[in-house]
Amino acid sequence: MQAETQKQRGGFLHNDNVVGYLFAAPFIISFLCLTLIPMAMSLYYSFCNYKIAALPEWIGLQNYANLMKDATFRNSLLVTIQYVIIGVPLKLVFALLVAMLLTRPTKLQGFYRAVYYIPSLIGGSVAVALVWKQLFGSRGPVVSLIKTLGVPNFNFFGSTTWAFLPLVLCNAWQFGSSMLIFASGLKQIPKDYYEAAEIDGAGAVKRFFKITLPILSPIILFNLIMQLISGFMTFTQAQIITDGGPNYATNYIALNIFKEGFSYQHMGYACAQSWVMLLIMAAVTGIIFKTSSHWTFYES
Amino acid sequence: MEKRRAINNVIYHVFVVAFGLLMIYPVLWMILSSFKMKSEILGTNAPFLPSKWVFQNYPDGWRGSGSLTFATYFKNSIVVSCLGTLGTVISSAMVAYALARVDFKGRKFWFTAMIMTMLLPGQVLMIPQYIIWNRLGLVGTFVPLILPKFLGWPFFIYMMMQFIRGLPKELDEAAMIDGCNKYSIFARIILPLLGPSIITTIVISFYWIWDDYMGPLLYLSKPALYTVSLAIKGFADAQGTNFGPMFAMSTLSLIPVFLLFLFFNRYLMDGVTAGALKG
Repeated sequence: MQAETQKQRGGFLHNDNVVGYLFAAPFIISFLCLTLIPMAMSLYYSFCNYKIAALPEWIGLQNYANLMKDATFRNSLLVTIQYVIIGVPLKLVFALLVAMLLTRPTKLQGFYRAVYYIPSLIGGSVAVALVWKQLFGSRGPVVSLIKTLGVPNFNFFGSTTWAFLPLVLCNAWQFGSSMLIFASGLKQIPKDYYEAAEIDGAGAVKRFFKITLPILSPIILFNLIMQLISGFMTFTQAQIITDGGPNYATNYIALNIFKEGFSYQHMGYACAQSWVMLLIMAAVTGIIFKTSSHWTFYES
Repeated sequence: MEKRRAINNVIYHVFVVAFGLLMIYPVLWMILSSFKMKSEILGTNAPFLPSKWVFQNYPDGWRGSGSLTFATYFKNSIVVSCLGTLGTVISSAMVAYALARVDFKGRKFWFTAMIMTMLLPGQVLMIPQYIIWNRLGLVGTFVPLILPKFLGWPFFIYMMMQFIRGLPKELDEAAMIDGCNKYSIFARIILPLLGPSIITTIVISFYWIWDDYMGPLLYLSKPALYTVSLAIKGFADAQGTNFGPMFAMSTLSLIPVFLLFLFFNRYLMDGVTAGALKG
């Protein structure tokens, strides 16, 4: 019976299940071979002493116990959290302000948006990281400006206090995608909401907090989660601009895992670190999702 | 009233332009520095514009620091980016079609798996993936950089799915009545209509692969295979304080991305917002 209906539709190859799995095959292969198996391997190695040339040696929870005592690891978690807590809100506020600035309907709106998007286009590249290193370097224009403003001997990358700032700014500078997402959200807010509020005597600030923010809240949630994830994973800029220095002040977790795994060949230990990182990220996004029902607002 | 509005308008445009200039100042600084003498690039008295335009930084940079020139690195980047982009477009369109339009057992599961993969931080997979490619003897080749792109890229799968979901289902049904099967619906109906989404995928995936640094850093050890991003980093380290040639090569390395942006910026910007709003 089953075979007959299949035949009517054109045989085995035209069965929906067969068609579906054929077309989805690339992803299924990659999910199994490049995601699921590697994750299982990573979990296993996190309980092992492992170097690439040798066989893994099971050591139980030793790696995780060592993590607790590892000051470098603890520091890298702390500086990553500092980077995320300062960098992500800064980037989102900036993105929202620019998006609002560019809602004004003018013939040049498209052009302006394109120009303001340029930093995001190139910001992740090695070229920009190298530029940034000199731009904020001890003889670069930013430090020169700070010196003429009256702070002699100022230096970003020589200071454990300030070295993070150029990295945070480089990340915030790439506000383009969040800006575009906010802009299309702003466009969907009905004009009469604002008009009605204006008639009722609500000022610009009140309109922003009572209309704009609540309606945008689902989009804020989306941007927040996306930026948190990419913030936690920041690698290229830190590797090139500061290489984690000075004195580990910008030794972000992704950079630390890379060094442990590939420079020091502590692959099992690095895997354990990546699992702790994953758990922290999952916990943070989980908490944000759980609490989001209190501050996001969906129009039914 | 009219006058006040006009003045407001002027203030607005002046502000937006000034702020925009500040935003692209780092890029301008890089380009201008690539035409400066060494003494004018850094320091408190460095001029904004070069006092004398120097073009020598470009041939000096192109020559590279070892025995290889940037011609090799650009060729490598073009090979990796073009093949990677081709793979991304083909595989992501196929998977998106399956997940959006074919009603197969386990579809929900694979969709969830795709979203989870999209959100998974790469660091968890970095080491075990390296070990797998190493066991296969493929570290030190382009394969780990290119082959995975032929196996679907969740970000683009999701983006294309959103696009396909926006196409009326009646199209499929009408084609079915006219004798099309699921394969010809994909080839004759969905794929041609997917055009804008495909252009978006080409533009974004090309520039992501072009800019990728961590992948080449992990998998390419021989300078003959270096991509531009990896080569520039090595070149900067080798050049020390001779920044002119480094800025020249940095500028060149951004040109392909800028050209794509110049011609396709609408598609690029549509792609950025596609995932966020229709979800």
